[in-house]
Amino acid sequence: MNTIYLDNNATTKIDPLVLKEMMPFLTDYYGNPSSMHKFGGQVSSDIAKARHNLASLLNAHPDEIIFTAGGTESDNTAIYSALEAQPEKKHLITTRVEHPAILNVCHHLEERGYEVTYLNVDEKGQLDLEELRGALRPDTALVTIMYANSETGVIFPMHEIAKIVKERGIMLHTDAVQAVGKITIDLEKLPVDYLSLSGHKIHGPKGIGALFVRKGVSFRPHLRGGHQEHGRRAGTENTAAIVGIGKAAELAQINMEIENTGVKHMRDTLEKGLLKTIPDAIINGDTENRLPNTTNISFKHVEGEAILLMMDGHGIAASSGSACTSGSLEPSHVLRAMGVPFTFAHGSIRFSLSRFNSDDEIKVVLKELPPIIKRLREISPYKNEESTPRSCSCK
Amino acid sequence: MWEYTDKVREHFLNPRNVGEMKDASAVGEVGSLACGDALKLFLKIDDNDRIVDATFQTFGCASAIASSSALTELLKGRTLDEAAEITDKEIADYLGGLPEEKMHCSVMGHEALDVAIKTYRGEPIEAKEHEGNIVCHCFGVTDEMILRTIEENGLTTVEEVTHYTKAGGGCGNCIDEIQLLLDEATGKVAACEFPDDRPHPNLSNIERMQLVMKVLNEEVRPRLKQDGGDVELIDIDGHFVKVALRGMCTSCPSSKLTLKNVVEKALQEQVEPEISVVEVSK
Ligand code: FES
Repeated sequence: MNTIYLDNNATTKIDPLVLKEMMPFLTDYYGNPSSMHKFGGQVSSDIAKARHNLASLLNAHPDEIIFTAGGTESDNTAIYSALEAQPEKKHLITTRVEHPAILNVCHHLEERGYEVTYLNVDEKGQLDLEELRGALRPDTALVTIMYANSETGVIFPMHEIAKIVKERGIMLHTDAVQAVGKITIDLEKLPVDYLSLSGHKIHGPKGIGALFVRKGVSFRPHLRGGHQEHGRRAGTENTAAIVGIGKAAELAQINMEIENTGVKHMRDTLEKGLLKTIPDAIINGDTENRLPNTTNISFKHVEGEAILLMMDGHGIAASSGSACTSGSLEPSHVLRAMGVPFTFAHGSIRFSLSRFNSDDEIKVVLKELPPIIKRLREISPYKNEESTPRSCSCK
Repeated sequence: MWEYTDKVREHFLNPRNVGEMKDASAVGEVGSLACGDALKLFLKIDDNDRIVDATFQTFGCASAIASSSALTELLKGRTLDEAAEITDKEIADYLGGLPEEKMHCSVMGHEALDVAIKTYRGEPIEAKEHEGNIVCHCFGVTDEMILRTIEENGLTTVEEVTHYTKAGGGCGNCIDEIQLLLDEATGKVAACEFPDDRPHPNLSNIERMQLVMKVLNEEVRPRLKQDGGDVELIDIDGHFVKVALRGMCTSCPSSKLTLKNVVEKALQEQVEPEISVVEVSK
């Protein structure tokens, strides 16, 4: 059975062209780019090309790109760098819907004496910019706000956020892991100080990411050791992966149009079809400001993992922000922050598409999913009930 | 995605005994939409207190559905007394095991059964159900429930308690309290309360060994043997006493509690308070 892969916000298929570009660096050109000899040194121009491609995708300067091991390292580096550069400032601002690579660092920092303000989101998953404005303090070292949410695809108004934060001269980081390659990001126009991205979300390899650090912005390396990346990130370069992310960035730039037309069209067809055929289904999040590839749908009175497992039986791979798949027992922190009612939150499914999906695949999902929901509802004790949760001490 | 046994998958994809039973003799309902899983169990009971039919309705994940299906299969043909003996572990074992993190699904089956039987017998459920104090407010779990689950399943860590009862799986505010309950159940609290004066100060290695053997042979083993179990001393390494459980103790779900509450406690009281008992397989 062929897999219909609709979980591209988790990770993406490596584009065959990316793989082709990487292969020589996994076989013939294995030299260490830092070596004095020609065999190693010859690959440095390929690394430079990759850096250039990433810079071009973001309209930044190649010198502003540092290769890292992925989005998580980029996020951690940006946060620690900003804090180390301003040791007297002990306050951070972020949102309640960030990726764990941000939230867990913030929790860790709280244990070490920092104060963190977690901005709320409304039922659409959007921020209140007045709340952000009110949270800024003289001792705020960094504001870190994601560009687009991985679970709902909701895009935050980053230009307005940057305006508010930079007016006060405070450092700003954005975790743009989900946004890069899907929507235009122009760093010449967007005055963030740091921006994180990851290779495997843009059809590149895993284990490689990048951090944009604006020229002139203070930076402290997170990994110290050799002088790689001009001393900003030690460790022998993962040449093949760097070449891979470079190619992925080049292709993302070329295919951005497809993301916003073809992929979006498939997503919309899927969404409309499901809403039409399945009663008691809702879309979570702001549908106006949303990534073109993502939809997060909740089905009342059924539980996400059960849906996923049944879809898996039909070769359909998606993901659920519901309790049981994530290892924790509560529904996704993003949906909870948005106040999605429990009746819906437990039965949420995220479909995230890519340019490798096809209309035929969407047709299959539209055929297979409605009976799955129907079947699970038949088993449910709530099948004839309204959505009000019965009394329970749960919050 | 979780690693499920074929049997879990089978019972999830083709659950047995699904649906409302209109003429049920007893119904047991636990959980809620807010908690993420809920189970309604229907029993038909004959004049001899034998369960002749059982059906269910479940809202929950794959293992909740599979556990409910398994429970109904296990129930059919048993008397109420026999049914009341079914443990969470038996439900999980019937399915060839559940991932640790999913054990609360089988616990839910056990609870629904408890409620159904009590309803049928006219015992007060409401009061019973909320017996004890709520420890975890996110999931409405009481101390009674946590203690029972620790004991029945030999749990030793907060994480395990969360997997089995969901308590602690939300905001995490109750974690310290769960740890206290664990300490209580595993005898740690009692151990801390021992008077500081040691029963045998400054024991040499040989003296310690002799004393440990004496206490084991004269006190502990006779006690365990009464229940068909036994314990064998394997080695002593400083304050670590390594033992192997024998007989009924090996298959007993509360073997960890036995080690802590019986073996370790006796040695701490009568030899040295620092002693830790560890189980080794030999
Ligand atoms: S009170 Fe137990 S997890 Fe929140």
